[in-house]
Amino acid sequence: MQRDAIYIHDLLGKTGKSDLQLHLVAGKEGLDKEIPVGDINRPGLTLAGFFDFFAYERIQIFGLGETAFLETLPDERKGEIFEKFFSYDVLCCIFTHSKHPDDIFRTYADRNKVPTLVTDHRTTKFISLLTHIIEDAHSPKITVHGTLVSAFGIGVLIIGKSGVGKSECALELIERGHLLIADDIVEIRRIDERYLQGSGSEIIKHHMEIRGLGIINVRDVFGIRSVRNRKRVELVAELEEWKSEKEYDRLGIDEQTYTILDLEIPFITIPVRPGRNIPVIIETAALNLRLKKMGVFSAKELDRKIQDWLKSKKNEIEKKESDD
Amino acid sequence: MTEREVSVTSDVGIHARPAMTFVKEAMKFPCEIFLVKGGIQANGKSIMSVLGLAITSGSKLIIKADGEREQEAVNVLAMLVENDFKDENG
Repeated sequence: MQRDAIYIHDLLGKTGKSDLQLHLVAGKEGLDKEIPVGDINRPGLTLAGFFDFFAYERIQIFGLGETAFLETLPDERKGEIFEKFFSYDVLCCIFTHSKHPDDIFRTYADRNKVPTLVTDHRTTKFISLLTHIIEDAHSPKITVHGTLVSAFGIGVLIIGKSGVGKSECALELIERGHLLIADDIVEIRRIDERYLQGSGSEIIKHHMEIRGLGIINVRDVFGIRSVRNRKRVELVAELEEWKSEKEYDRLGIDEQTYTILDLEIPFITIPVRPGRNIPVIIETAALNLRLKKMGVFSAKELDRKIQDWLKSKKNEIEKKESDD
Repeated sequence: MTEREVSVTSDVGIHARPAMTFVKEAMKFPCEIFLVKGGIQANGKSIMSVLGLAITSGSKLIIKADGEREQEAVNVLAMLVENDFKDENG
């Protein structure tokens, strides 16, 4: 299990989906500092002179309140406060609502190499965007050897030994109109401790190696509709060569799970044998999982129907016997 | 499990052809083979996996093997990387 590091310079420019709209105004030399935690600090109390519990290792957010307070201070008082404020190893200061810090602040920030940024966002909005970006980067991740496809909107991670036919199976699924997320290297992150998100490695994105063909670019060959960049992993399907001595699931009443990053994901094992159409099985498994999510459980329904029928038959026989 | 650290000396790093040479060699062994770079583990028998590591010149790699003939596999593959992916045949 690993986590990515995120640095202050990563916040500038486009970070994933959201744009923090940050501009650097001072402390350029500190841009390479790492952001250790996703928490932020509003330094209102600190600026008023209360330095106990000063969380200097977090990102300091100066909202309208902080900026307005600083404006009320005479220059010499500002000097005193900033002297003390920057004596701590402050990680980074961000001013919201496009409010720029004054020259005294910038001088201190430059001298102490504390990157100081200004954003156009409102404070609350900015904090939620920022926390999201940092938590995302810090979310635990692992790299799995497998293929991630989206079949009928269900993210299916196909795993199995080399040469068992994962890529070929994915290719057939793509041909049938499903989507490829990643082949061979699947990066999986645990988001919000609730779900797993899979994506491909940036450099070999949407490429596949098919024995006999070599490397193909799925996006170019099948078009943009055949790929997507990330997808929640909802089902793990393991392909394995058919072992005659092994018992495969015949009922599907007991649900099996596969654990990735401490989260349990529905799991199926599909035995591979010439003549078995694996893509169809995966499609059906995805549909079946969708049904289950909507509260319909085929195997249990059938079992219930049979039990009801058996019960009614038994009652009929008993009734007949008592009539005789 | 046998493993060894090697550094990639070839100027261009591991692009398609060296990756293929590596994978071809790895396929000759029955054991599982992994390449680790910067904490990311890739399957040594899969071209895409090896390419996905983006192995540049000067990178440190760990070659791991687990299973039958693991020692021999690590020796042969480490040698291959250190010799800039030139097989003995040419």
